[in-house]
Amino acid sequence: MSANSSDTLVQRLGDRFKTAIQESSDFRGDLSVVVDPAGLVDVARYLRDQEGFDYLLYATAVDWPARDPRFTVVWEVRSLADKTRIRIKTTAAMPDPHVPSLTSVWPAANWHERETWDLFGIKFDGHADLRRILMPPTWEGFPLRKDYVSFGEPVIFSDQKLEGLEPDAIRG
Amino acid sequence: MVKTDIAQEPVGPEHEPETEWMELNMGPHHPSTHGVLRVRLKLDGEIVRDADADIGYLHTGFEKSFEDKTYTQGITFSDRMDYLAPPINNVGFVSAVEKLIGVEVPPRAQAIRVIMMELARVSSHELWLGTTGLDLGVYSGFFYAWRDRDLALDLNEAYSGVRMMTSFTRVGGVAWDLPEGWLDQLQKFIDVMPARLDDFESMLTDNPIWHQRLKGVGVISAHDAIEAGVTGPVLRASGVNYDVRKAFPYCGYENYDFEVPVGTNGDCYDRYRMRVAEMRQSLRILQQAVDNLPGGPWITSDRKVALPPRSELSKSMEAVIHQFRLVSEGFKGPVGDVYAFVESPRGELGFYLVSDGTNKPYRMKVRPPSFCNLQSLRKLVQGVLVADVIAIMGSLDFILGDCDR
Repeated sequence: MSANSSDTLVQRLGDRFKTAIQESSDFRGDLSVVVDPAGLVDVARYLRDQEGFDYLLYATAVDWPARDPRFTVVWEVRSLADKTRIRIKTTAAMPDPHVPSLTSVWPAANWHERETWDLFGIKFDGHADLRRILMPPTWEGFPLRKDYVSFGEPVIFSDQKLEGLEPDAIRG
Repeated sequence: MVKTDIAQEPVGPEHEPETEWMELNMGPHHPSTHGVLRVRLKLDGEIVRDADADIGYLHTGFEKSFEDKTYTQGITFSDRMDYLAPPINNVGFVSAVEKLIGVEVPPRAQAIRVIMMELARVSSHELWLGTTGLDLGVYSGFFYAWRDRDLALDLNEAYSGVRMMTSFTRVGGVAWDLPEGWLDQLQKFIDVMPARLDDFESMLTDNPIWHQRLKGVGVISAHDAIEAGVTGPVLRASGVNYDVRKAFPYCGYENYDFEVPVGTNGDCYDRYRMRVAEMRQSLRILQQAVDNLPGGPWITSDRKVALPPRSELSKSMEAVIHQFRLVSEGFKGPVGDVYAFVESPRGELGFYLVSDGTNKPYRMKVRPPSFCNLQSLRKLVQGVLVADVIAIMGSLDFILGDCDR
């Protein structure tokens, strides 16, 4: 992608969505725009229909506990014809982080958004099937949040008891 | 017990009970799931009405673990995700780091990476051919595939010391130069493989049973394939000419002469043809890499990211300091986020790396091709026979370690 074409894409987005596009950056050739959650679906639909971004690569989130809003939610899409990529970012705040779902624009976002809900606890409004996908349905907590400690799960050794359970009962 | 009142039961279509769909669990230990996958099928007789893939049995939290390890330590995690093409995972991971910190990779290292990646592609497709054939009743093919795949694993072992989890890349290059005699061993592999692929093709490509099981089964159109986000041979079988190696060349793929096979029908048979054709193209790339292997260093001379040679340690205080810093705390990346991607045997394998300026990834999101391809399963199996589910699942070539991470 030439720097020129990305500039114009950002310009076009900025002209069209004056309030929704909050920020844009170009780091190592990767173009990102930060979009206000309220205008997210419109921007996404414009990118798909007018700019040819037909292929969703992934959706995920990044947890920044010290920031407010705390979560950055990321979708990255590609135009197969133009060989360009753009990263769409938006934010979600605690205590009830939620952002609009982009499954209506790119159906491939379905599992990616489920995974983001599963691992970060971010709700996607308008997602038809928001269930846990990698973790068991009964799992508590969201493992990829920064305050979820790695290797924090209790391990029961044969000489220990946990919450009244006899070790032998657990071993079956 | 004999039912005596059968004559009193009302008959005729208006009295037939409403169709109840049977729910059938396929897996998690079904042989065709290649890993641990459970598919909940809703069946109307033999016909599949709906399917829900339940994944996550092999979820190991690699993305979380990456956050605890330095960039160099993370390399060993990367090859444990897609355990059938570890070198490609290694390269994908380090190329994200290289993109973040901006390191040049010497030409020899790039060629070694290409060789290892194409070997991995051949061995992964060989394994796919063997196991998918096995699912569909081609028992002898499995043994041929295993024999041929072993040749590639022998080469892995001779180069890295490990048959599968090679972990051979380093940021800025590769860990070791090729050992003596290795290229001859590789040449033997390149020489013997075309005949072996011919053997396979003579067994399958025109086999009427193979045709019946695969042709017209699991069809996905180009539009649907793009919409579903599938990638790799599955996408190309539907007629979309998209291969990362051609579209966004990395590791010097632009210097190799090869073709990207593209299908027309988007069915299981085309996906089979794609993979066999890709193996032949991989052998072409391997031959060119052997013939034109550049000399020179195999890792960058940037001492901020690569260890100094052992010989310098006894002479240079600076080298000792660099060695100590790199081993004890690694190197730091700038603040920012990048996405780097490579073509794995299953499709586009991407790494989205977010750095907060420390020596570890702040967030490492993997875009696994298996996950994206498996998502299309639901659509593909609606309305097909149960037996075809096996063929469709096989043709998607997902690896659950890659899918669940």
